[in-house]
Amino acid sequence: MATRNVERQANGLAVEAAGLVKVYGKERAVDGVDLVIPRGTVYGFLGPNGAGKTTTIRMLATLIQPDDGSATIFGHDLKTESAAIKSRISLTGQYASIDEDLTGIENLVLISRLMGYTTKEAKLRAAELLSAFGLEQAAKRQVKKYSGGMRRRIDIAASIVVTPDLLFLDEPTTGLDPRSRNQVWEIVRALVQTGTTVLLTTQNLEEADQLADRIAVINQGKIIAEGTSSELKASVGTGTLTVQLLEAADQAQAAAILERKLSVPVHTSTDGVTLSAQAKDSSIVAEALGELGREKIGISDFSLGRPSLDEVFLTLTGQSASDQPTEEENS
Amino acid sequence: MSVQIEHDKTTYEEVHPLNAIAGGKRPDPPNALASTMAFAHRALLRIKHVPEQMFDVTVFPIIFLLMFTYLFGGAIAGSTGEYLQFLLPGILVMTVSQITMYTGIDLNNDIRKGIFDRFRTLPIWLPSALVGALLVDVIRYSLASAIMIGLGLALGFRPEGGVMGVLGAVLVILLFSFSFSWIWTAAGIIMRSEKSLMMVSFLVVFPLTFVSNVFVDPSTLPSWLQGFVNINPISILATAVRGLMHGNGTWEQIGWVVVVSAIFVVIFAPLTMYLYRRKE
Repeated sequence: MATRNVERQANGLAVEAAGLVKVYGKERAVDGVDLVIPRGTVYGFLGPNGAGKTTTIRMLATLIQPDDGSATIFGHDLKTESAAIKSRISLTGQYASIDEDLTGIENLVLISRLMGYTTKEAKLRAAELLSAFGLEQAAKRQVKKYSGGMRRRIDIAASIVVTPDLLFLDEPTTGLDPRSRNQVWEIVRALVQTGTTVLLTTQNLEEADQLADRIAVINQGKIIAEGTSSELKASVGTGTLTVQLLEAADQAQAAAILERKLSVPVHTSTDGVTLSAQAKDSSIVAEALGELGREKIGISDFSLGRPSLDEVFLTLTGQSASDQPTEEENS
Repeated sequence: MSVQIEHDKTTYEEVHPLNAIAGGKRPDPPNALASTMAFAHRALLRIKHVPEQMFDVTVFPIIFLLMFTYLFGGAIAGSTGEYLQFLLPGILVMTVSQITMYTGIDLNNDIRKGIFDRFRTLPIWLPSALVGALLVDVIRYSLASAIMIGLGLALGFRPEGGVMGVLGAVLVILLFSFSFSWIWTAAGIIMRSEKSLMMVSFLVVFPLTFVSNVFVDPSTLPSWLQGFVNINPISILATAVRGLMHGNGTWEQIGWVVVVSAIFVVIFAPLTMYLYRRKE
């Protein structure tokens, strides 16, 4: 395991893509995507439904051909070396990629045999994975009787029967309750610890923040921002200044002062005492707060929060991630 | 043996989750036979878990045989006993042809459910996913044939070709049906839903089986229709099956079935695999 780690991290990139394009009819589902994903890292694709996340993953996983652009996976060319790529990658699709009529163990044995294990080895590997994913009790139950979280785990287990060098996870936690979501996060962290590179898509900003080393924000087929979670947050300013006033009567005056000092719109809340505004840098915030003091406006509390990825998304696209149309992504 | 169990138990318990997650060493990819067998095993497991799907291969043949024998027997051949001699081989052909779309339907469902994508990213000989399932379909066809022939014998069907003739007839049906199924695997990839696939297969199979020599002697038909009936693959199969069961089959009849089957495979197996690889 340790040697695997060293070997992986010692050299280069898991994914390198330039100008990937996929067109469906008139719609450019993916419109010139460039990617650089170092080995052994988690890379997050963040974007709303229909942004082109799934289509990009399906291209990189050799399932569909790009209409333009090029990519290499561990140095293998996507167009000409798909067999070599297939032996390094694994894909967990958005919908359970397993046979729901079969039991958990039957599914894992099937995939193990298809990977090249003998029937006996396949059974051992299946049992080992079921145990590692906490699914021993459900091993002999049909997958269609599993809960959402269990289904997701058996699906990921099927993807790592042979530990892949690069794992694609398409919206691994969509529709899961918080506990199941945390279990999936633990699995992803464990995989990365053992040297696997993970490319995951998500609509969940917290998820990208929690798991991903680097994040690409994708909208309408284009990457509109790329970087670490902190870089993305920094790009939209320091964060949000929230001020709680002692007296509701001061709200209008306080709002005017903040607007003048910060040069941004100030949001006032219906409780009459809370004000919030985006802040570009902390020295201006200090000045604005000082001004409030000089005007004898009493403050009970204030905070300067780092921006959430939701705010990042809002700033970058002009719309909230959750406000986006929820049509199904082309596949 | 007991030592082996003890050993397995120990490994099972000692594996730390992290090691299990990272411990999947890559074996050599399976050869075509191994992956085909794995897919055949999957199809068998599906029958075990969804036994209702065997309804059409067990109950349908019984209903069809009884219905057509007693409905048309008197009118067409003067007596049910005589008509059964003529009808059974044909209706066996018809029944089996009507259940050739199973693998196509399963494939259509696989595509919509995502497991299709997983199979396509595996380092396997891709046709094995279909060949394995089609081999299990052969078991379905055999079962349907056995039930229908058994019932026919009970009703008074007397094949002059004897046991060898009947077995030969069934083998010819199996060969034809396996080959014919490739049409439905290709259609299963193109069609958007199971429903549309069922409809298309119905639109093809229904006229093919009825406008054939299964129910009536083609010499009673208008001449323009005779032309179609004679080149209809179902007629070609029914003629060979009838010949073998009644002990007057010719190599020429069997040869035609082989030719027709080969044409189906040569056209539709590569087409299926082309579509399978290219499906978006």
